[in-house]
Amino acid sequence: MGFIQAYKMAIKSIRGNKGRSFLTMLGVIIGVASVISAVAFAQGSTKNITDSIQKLGTNLIQINITGRNSNRNMSYEDLKEFAEKNIDIIGAVAPQSSTSAKVKYGTKNMDTTVIGTTPEYERIKNVHVTQGRFILDFDVDYRQNVALVGTAIVREIFQGKDPLGEKIKIKGQIFKVVGVLEERASSATRSDDDQIIIPVTASRMITGTSAIRNFSVEAASAEKVKTAMESLEAFLLKIYKNENTYRVFDQSQMLDTLGEVTGSMMIVLGGIAAISLIVGGIGIMNIMLVSVTERTKEIGIRKAIGAKRKNILTQFMIEAAVVTGIGGILGLLLGFSIIKFIIGGLNIVPAVYSIPWALISFGISLLVGIIFGLFPAYKAARLNPIEALRSE
Amino acid sequence: MIQIYEMYKTYQINDIKIEALKNINLRIKQNEFAAIVGPSGSGKSTLMNMMGCLDIPTSGNYILDDVEVSSLRDDELAEIRNQKIGFIFQSFNLIQKLTALENVELPLIYQGINTKERLRRAKLVLENVGLGDRLDHKPNELSGGQQQRVAVARALINNPPIIFADEPTGNLDTKSGIEIMNLLKELHRKGNTIILITHDNDIAQQADRIVRINDGEIVEDRQVV
Ligand SMILES: Nc1ncnc2c1ncn2[C@@H]1O[C@H](COP(=O)(O)OP(=O)(O)OP(=O)(O)O)[C@@H](O)[C@H]1O
Ligand SMILES: [Mg+2]
Repeated sequence: MGFIQAYKMAIKSIRGNKGRSFLTMLGVIIGVASVISAVAFAQGSTKNITDSIQKLGTNLIQINITGRNSNRNMSYEDLKEFAEKNIDIIGAVAPQSSTSAKVKYGTKNMDTTVIGTTPEYERIKNVHVTQGRFILDFDVDYRQNVALVGTAIVREIFQGKDPLGEKIKIKGQIFKVVGVLEERASSATRSDDDQIIIPVTASRMITGTSAIRNFSVEAASAEKVKTAMESLEAFLLKIYKNENTYRVFDQSQMLDTLGEVTGSMMIVLGGIAAISLIVGGIGIMNIMLVSVTERTKEIGIRKAIGAKRKNILTQFMIEAAVVTGIGGILGLLLGFSIIKFIIGGLNIVPAVYSIPWALISFGISLLVGIIFGLFPAYKAARLNPIEALRSE
Repeated sequence: MIQIYEMYKTYQINDIKIEALKNINLRIKQNEFAAIVGPSGSGKSTLMNMMGCLDIPTSGNYILDDVEVSSLRDDELAEIRNQKIGFIFQSFNLIQKLTALENVELPLIYQGINTKERLRRAKLVLENVGLGDRLDHKPNELSGGQQQRVAVARALINNPPIIFADEPTGNLDTKSGIEIMNLLKELHRKGNTIILITHDNDIAQQADRIVRINDGEIVEDRQVV
């Protein structure tokens, strides 16, 4: 008896017992679907968390000038010149003069934070503009009184009116609104929505000083962060001569947190996957054990009319492989549908499709199905035909 | 061709030993038509199981076509059953989820015969037993007598030299019973060895030889005149 024949016989047997085949398949479908949707949910949550940490910028280096130097301060131009000389380690720099000020529009006014900076800020701090534009080099060079406003300000003093092109007063100076900043939904950075960004040159009028105490520096890459910090420190020491008058720090805490979060999410993920694999596997195992054991008599009949052990085993192996294989494919489809329509539809976590986990759950289901389909068949095939025939 | 020497078969259930066969000595020649008769529980089916290579005796020798059966492996026994023996079981032993046609072609599948040939032969034998119009029925869609005839068809499909029929007329009305007996007689005429198991003396009279067993022992062995 050839393989093709065994295959045909297995298909015939599956078709001949639709109810049992379906139940077996159902076990596999549920097993596979639950593994991949549970894993997708866990991965989606992980991605959510790591994305929002990464969005804060892991290449970012902050310079705070804390003391005062008798001779002179480091200006934005000094830092920029240094950055241009060290282009291999430093990607971009942006000054950041921040001060709180009263902003007025018509009769409405509110207190807010005003940040003076340059176009580089947009990229370094990952700021998004939803309407209008960001600050341009032109605005900085020619000290234009232009401003970008956060959504909290749009709500508070524009009250839904389109702010683009409107004139606002900051500390008595008139500024034209040229852009609106994207809402930062994250609660940890809520204050980002309550701010105004203006050219660094224009901010001198507001702060009353040209000295800038905060700078954001973007390292050329995450790996270059340490080198960039070292050379920045050396540069600052040359200007200030005193290590206590400035601070250079990176987002290493954030990187550590990211690592920790990713690590613990991976453990959660592994746990969820393992549990659903075990549950799914036990389901498949049970249905296979039952369905093959109740066929001992059939095995007896087949042996009585001349089937060899190998024929019986081939048939049952193909049956188990086909049933669990089809079940596995349906399970993948169901799982992906759950990810797409339920996880994607609820939109709590992003829908992540993990091909490796899909393959793992499919492979393990197939393996469990075949092993527990074959094991009772093997036992029954070893009985002498009369013993097998007697079982009912 | 069948030679049995001092065969015993003992079943043990917990502490109770049941001697289903005791000191059986029997020879059946090629193309004999032998009836094994005896009351219920006398060991007829057990003896058939031994002769049909379905079970192994507790002790004794069984030589089939010059081969000592007890020395054979499981797969070798399967091959003998497949090629030399056709069984008509007392309880039919049909596979419930397969149709009449699929049940009948089964022995040929294990011989590696191709689909077309299998279907042709299976249809033919089913027609011969009067079930040409029931090919696609499953056993539970057939009457007892029809199932019996499917079992007969399955036993005949591989044209085995030896046919064991365990109460083949037990479930049939007189007319169908006669038909089955005629079928067996015809096979006998064609050269097959027929071993018929029955508790019905009238049926047994139609064989050439009657072997009577009682309580697991042969108590009578005579030719029918
Ligand atoms: N597997 C078994 N385990 C225990 N005892 C068995 C087994 N098979 C048969 N027997 C016993 O062996 C004896 C002979 O049984 P067997 O089936 O051969 O009888 P029989 O002559 O075919 O009867 P019937 O005409 O009712 O079919 C009986 O007493 C039965 O209980
Ligand atoms: Mg019997």
